[in-house]
Amino acid sequence: MHKLKPISALGAAQPQIDQIAGLTIAERSDLALASIAARQGQGEACMAAAQSWMQADLPSPGQGHLGQTYSCFWMGPEQWMVSADQADHEDLASEIKQSFGATASVSEQSGGWCRFDLKGAQLGAVLERLCNVDFAAMETGDVSRSRLEHLGCFIWCLQPGSEVAILGPRSSAGSLHHALVAAARSAL
Amino acid sequence: MSQVNRLSGGQVNRNTELNFRFDGRSFKGFEGDTLASALLANGERLMGRSFKYHRPRGVLTAGSEEPNALVELRQGNRQEPNTRATVAELFEGLEAKAQNAWPSLRFDAMAVNDRFSNFLTAGFYYKTFMWPKPFWEKVYEPIIRKAAGLGSISFEEDPDLYDKGFLHCDLLIIGAGPTGLAAALTAGRAGARVILADEDFRMGGRLNAETLALGDVSGADWATETLAELASLDNVRLMTRTTIIGAFDHGTYGAVERVQDHLPQAVAEKPRQILWRIYSRRAMLCAGAMERPIAFADNDRPGVMLASAVRSYVNRWAAAPAQQVAIFTNNDDGHRTAADLIAKGVNVPAVIDVRADAPAVAGTELLAGAEVIGTQGRLGLTSITVRLANGQTRKIMCGALAVSGGWNPNVHLTCHQRGRPQWDAELAAFVPGPDLPIGMTVAGAANGQLSTAQALSGGATAAVVALNDLGVAASPIAVPQAEDAPIALKPFWHVRGGKSRAWVDLQNDVTVKDVKLAHQENFVSVEHLKRYTTLGMATDQGKTSNMLGLAVMAELTGKSIPETGTTIFRPPYTPVPMSTMAGRATGKHFHPTRKTPSHVWAEEQGAVFTEVGDWLRAQWFPRKGETHWRQSVDREVLQTRKSVGVCDVTTLGKIDVQGRDAASFLNKIYANGFAKLPVGKVRYGLMLREDGIAYDDGTAARLAEDHFVVTTTTANAVLAYRNMEFARQCLWPDLDVQLISTTEAWAQYAVAGPNARKLLEKIVDADVDISNEGFPFMACGEITICGGCRARLFRISFSGELAYEIAVPTRYGDALVRALMAAGEEFDVTPYGTEALGVMRIEKGHAAGNELNGTTTAQNLGLGRMVSKKKDCIGNTLSEREGMNDETGLRLVGFKPVTDTDPVLAGAHLMNASGAVNARTDQGYVTSACYSPILGSAIGIGFLKDGANRMGERLRAVSPLEGSEIQVEVVSAHFVDPEGERLRA
Repeated sequence: MHKLKPISALGAAQPQIDQIAGLTIAERSDLALASIAARQGQGEACMAAAQSWMQADLPSPGQGHLGQTYSCFWMGPEQWMVSADQADHEDLASEIKQSFGATASVSEQSGGWCRFDLKGAQLGAVLERLCNVDFAAMETGDVSRSRLEHLGCFIWCLQPGSEVAILGPRSSAGSLHHALVAAARSAL
Repeated sequence: MSQVNRLSGGQVNRNTELNFRFDGRSFKGFEGDTLASALLANGERLMGRSFKYHRPRGVLTAGSEEPNALVELRQGNRQEPNTRATVAELFEGLEAKAQNAWPSLRFDAMAVNDRFSNFLTAGFYYKTFMWPKPFWEKVYEPIIRKAAGLGSISFEEDPDLYDKGFLHCDLLIIGAGPTGLAAALTAGRAGARVILADEDFRMGGRLNAETLALGDVSGADWATETLAELASLDNVRLMTRTTIIGAFDHGTYGAVERVQDHLPQAVAEKPRQILWRIYSRRAMLCAGAMERPIAFADNDRPGVMLASAVRSYVNRWAAAPAQQVAIFTNNDDGHRTAADLIAKGVNVPAVIDVRADAPAVAGTELLAGAEVIGTQGRLGLTSITVRLANGQTRKIMCGALAVSGGWNPNVHLTCHQRGRPQWDAELAAFVPGPDLPIGMTVAGAANGQLSTAQALSGGATAAVVALNDLGVAASPIAVPQAEDAPIALKPFWHVRGGKSRAWVDLQNDVTVKDVKLAHQENFVSVEHLKRYTTLGMATDQGKTSNMLGLAVMAELTGKSIPETGTTIFRPPYTPVPMSTMAGRATGKHFHPTRKTPSHVWAEEQGAVFTEVGDWLRAQWFPRKGETHWRQSVDREVLQTRKSVGVCDVTTLGKIDVQGRDAASFLNKIYANGFAKLPVGKVRYGLMLREDGIAYDDGTAARLAEDHFVVTTTTANAVLAYRNMEFARQCLWPDLDVQLISTTEAWAQYAVAGPNARKLLEKIVDADVDISNEGFPFMACGEITICGGCRARLFRISFSGELAYEIAVPTRYGDALVRALMAAGEEFDVTPYGTEALGVMRIEKGHAAGNELNGTTTAQNLGLGRMVSKKKDCIGNTLSEREGMNDETGLRLVGFKPVTDTDPVLAGAHLMNASGAVNARTDQGYVTSACYSPILGSAIGIGFLKDGANRMGERLRAVSPLEGSEIQVEVVSAHFVDPEGERLRA
């Protein structure tokens, strides 16, 4: 184990959790991220590698997969983002690269994004103050890229109507967090 | 003061009495009142002064189309000008003030303007203030601006919060009158996602204002029952106090919800208003129609109102505008007003109907074929003068006159995408044309279906059609029995022959005479008419006046009204506060902030930050005893050059480039060659625009045969990535290359100075060889540090010193800077900020944004040989244009002052040692300048004509803006270590 201690995207040793009128906004700093992009003409091979590696298909456009160990969502044409527990998958990108070989380009993304999980019965009322995603129409695993507080974010439905993960650029975690809290206080 | 004109009944809550003040006087009203209805109930007809002539004005309408009754609401930093009293909900303690009046509303000294009305006609500005020419900007315009205008603003910061939001629905229904309610119920029962929006705080539209029955119940009761059912449906969202302000592309609508305007106290952390963007699959415009006035002499006195507004005040708000109300009409609706007034016990002395065959009216005298030719009363109507059918005149005493000139369907939103309304001769009005915004249908009065029965069935039927389009099965609701009176109207726009002015646009003080003047001066196009007279401008956008103006112009030109045309309706439908447009994006939240991985640590060090785009970067790190930024920056530069410094360079763009053809791809992106860059090496690269101008520079490090990391400047990180992605997808889709931004994924620090290697040796793991032989200049590699942490190391130098850039996953960035500083303690390591970074790169002669300024070529930068002629790359062909390869053109050189103490100013232009100073003699310009603590003087770099051949020449650096002129000597741009020995050490 190396000597460098990580900090959360909000700059603290521990992730921030806010409770606002029945809504929980929880910063997640326990997840590793890596992106996968299929090499040219290797889409099917990539799919096969994914099946073999995580026993699941790489998701179709607008969709995601929520698994026990690995979760992932579609990011663009033949591009996906994979997440796994940081403690067990510190070097997730290398792990994926080993499984996918020359079928895919894999990039470390753990530090590229901050993630906030929002949970609550009135979540829809908060999200409609934040981004143009039609949350009411989202099913479990559905994902959409949307602008939120001027930031390109992924909105990932974890539980229809009540739970969502929002991934935004890590350097703007403070601004994103402020927007989430302000919207929750405004709407609830 | 008692509510002298308060009637029985109505939809106000008499159990909740409210106190309010208007223009310094106290009044009482009830919950459910508007400011206008409460003032009328209190016998107050005078509510404002007109824009130009300061004539006394009262309320004309009962809705958002109101041109006259504009007031300032609230006080202090919540003061809001130009609020329509007709839509301002009454609340306890409301403070309203008349505007555009001095010293008081009842005695307004500026009313003297009215005496000079002959000189203040349309276009008088342009004719009167022609000379002397300079007076326009300095004298006339300021005076006119001071005299004009209505409300005032507090100039204090708005303390309220505003929000924005996004909604989605199958069917957006705009307007909750009978049409909208029937449509909403039809769609709601069918299970569609419905949004029903209405600008009023009470839904129901005209059903609340009329006494007509729907089946066995009153219209208002039917509306209440219908709304109760709609409220019980989860798939229906009812949005009161919500104005749809614009119809935009692809079924998107803008809406403003007034969340707290009606509350006495703002609720903390809640928005005052919300600007919604509504994404609809289909939209139904059920916005009803607006009654229009008739122009006649002195038709602007307080008490002259629209007949439908009088019914609204009497029936909904139980407020009579006066004890005696006469009617002036050209259609049966005027008769309806008379009947409702009489039923409420209000005296109606006469109904003046321009139609000779007007039907009889019970309970009052009918003056068929008659016209109102004048009014009397100083601050409010006291009587009217009527020209009877037989030509005789009669004076009729009354405190109010209810006027009906027919109805204009509310077509505004149908025209927001350049749709043109079409003329309906039967209605004598424009109705929606065929070019509706995609997905929009129009129903009810907005579509020219003016009876209640037509509205109900029209709404239900149109909803079924809209839903069927979406594949949603729906059946129209069983609409109740309702009035279905035919249109009985004689088109009549203005009374001829009056002695006084007949007002067309009450908000802008435009008269029939002004329209005639515009015609006389050949401003006959409706668009010119609008601009010349200001008809239809300002807060009401001519909702009650446009049609009248068109009709008068049509008469004058001898054309029909449809031939005369209409002006374009544009969003927003009603005024929207700028704060609402801004939403939460104000102050420091105007844009998001990006913080570097070392931000927390830098704050602990007391760093001074600067904005670089959205990034906050440490500018310098002051230490105890340093009182000026130069002291800190000089120390950081000197210490770095003497020993070692650390700088957070995370903000530089990082683009991960992978794929079998990654090298070929970069070879096309960069002007210089990359195909043969060995693994483990970094190369400086220059990117050109298609036109051959240099636009960004940086490095590309080859981590593997199929893996590069490209760095860009901070400013161009997004642009370079976007351009590369465009090239990948569109220019060379056959190449196997994948891109992704990793700017944020890696925390990166420059470690620079003679002791940089010694410092890093304490950080990198034992098996990593960073000796000069093992890791030479321009080497790169993936290594581990601090006992196994993954890292990337690049031996590159922006400062000109022995330097490395080391990167770790961002979450470890804070820990890494602390580790670097701890390891460097024995070397007196210093953190350095962007100022020291800038000084050192100028000393080294490295180009940055000031030099890559969108006009410079590789030749200008002295990098001409980098543009490879052996390969095809973006920009190389056009970079060969003759004009861009002038051997004597601008070249990057350095400058130092002849007198050491002189400052060199960036932006200064270079002139020969003697001769004129002007653009023709310009020799170039200084792009970057600083004080060099190493050299002990100011220095600069910049572009000089034939610069490479003018070393040692003395020039003048002139800055007319700063008023400075100094002598400089042309030197090499590489002030420090021109041979590059330090960075290779």
